Amino acid sequence: MKQFTVLDLLSLNLKEHEALDLRCIAGRSGLGRPIEMPDVNRPGLTLSGFYDNFAFKRIQVFGRGESAYLDVMVKENRIDALAQFFKYDIPCAIFTYGLKPPEIFKELAEKAHCPVLQTDLPSTDFTARLIRALSEVFAPKQTVHGVLIEVFGIGVLITGESGVGKSEAALELIERGHRLVADDAVEIKNVAGNILMGAGANKIIGHHMEIRGIGIINITHLFGVGAIRDRKQIQLVVELEQWDSTKNYDRIGEKDTTTEILGVQVPYLKLPVKPGRNIPILIETAAMNERLKKMGYFSAKEFNRNVLKWLESENARAVYFQNTDNY
Amino acid sequence: MTEKEVTIKNRAGIHARPAALIVQTANKFSSKIHMIKDNEEINAKSIMGIITLGAGYNTNLRIRAEGPDEQEAVNALAELFERRFEEE
Repeated sequence: MKQFTVLDLLSLNLKEHEALDLRCIAGRSGLGRPIEMPDVNRPGLTLSGFYDNFAFKRIQVFGRGESAYLDVMVKENRIDALAQFFKYDIPCAIFTYGLKPPEIFKELAEKAHCPVLQTDLPSTDFTARLIRALSEVFAPKQTVHGVLIEVFGIGVLITGESGVGKSEAALELIERGHRLVADDAVEIKNVAGNILMGAGANKIIGHHMEIRGIGIINITHLFGVGAIRDRKQIQLVVELEQWDSTKNYDRIGEKDTTTEILGVQVPYLKLPVKPGRNIPILIETAAMNERLKKMGYFSAKEFNRNVLKWLESENARAVYFQNTDNY
Repeated sequence: MTEKEVTIKNRAGIHARPAALIVQTANKFSSKIHMIKDNEEINAKSIMGIITLGAGYNTNLRIRAEGPDEQEAVNALAELFERRFEEE
């Protein structure tokens, strides 16, 4: 994996309630330092001189307490202790609440090529946001060949061999008012251990599609911003496959079939393709059925339960009306 | 499985036209063909996938094929890179 540096952290494009609001106030020469752990450390104990188990590989967050302690250190002229802190290869130091570090701290950081950042956010807020942002950066990733589209609010990943008609199916779904997330190369991240987030593998060429015979088309320009979205959780995988008459396809759908992506089980359907089968409508139906299941109604199971109930009542009736109604 | 490492030798890198050439060539073979850049692996039969790689001048790529005609497929694709996609 490519290293994630402090500069990458500064240039993360997060908005509104996710923004980290960071700026660099010293140690610019160290902005290329890699961040290797998606975690933070409050270095209070370390500053007081206790270096056992110092988690120096983590981002060091200075809140009000640490900052006040720094001031005391400077007042008591304990510069050596501060210098000791910078002997470790820490990725960066971040001051919250818009706090300003003492000048000597900045000088030492400058000398040690350690970036010092500042944010106006309170420590707890900032830490929560930072950990969320970093866990996404460090999330396991995989690029798959397929189309990701949001159908009735369900993120559907359409996969299948090249030329089976994924893009064509997606195009008709867009035409029917659904939203394209990514075509061809979908980058999937496992966020928080059980959520699969899909997005275009490359932002610059996101929301373009290649349709055989037409070429490359721009979905945003053709269908408007309502036809796209940037990312979506993958909730259903539909694999398209050429119809194979020797194969048995699921006729009832009573069993929950799943497929595994990055260790997460996702509902999975295999749709055979042949002329006369309208794939977009099948995908729409599958998505709606998936919603119904999420709401607690499983069509196939419910249907079978009713059949069983009916058969049972027929059996029970047969006991009472034995041989009497044979006309 | 057959693998081969190639370097992009045309100045412009893999833009739309070379990508189309790669896809056309890859689609002549029945093997599964992938292209790998760093840790990204994409299907060589998909044009948008190949452009997504963002492979510029002097980038190293690995071509990996699996199937009955894997050897021929890898050679045919490697030759495209050798000939700089008939550019320049």
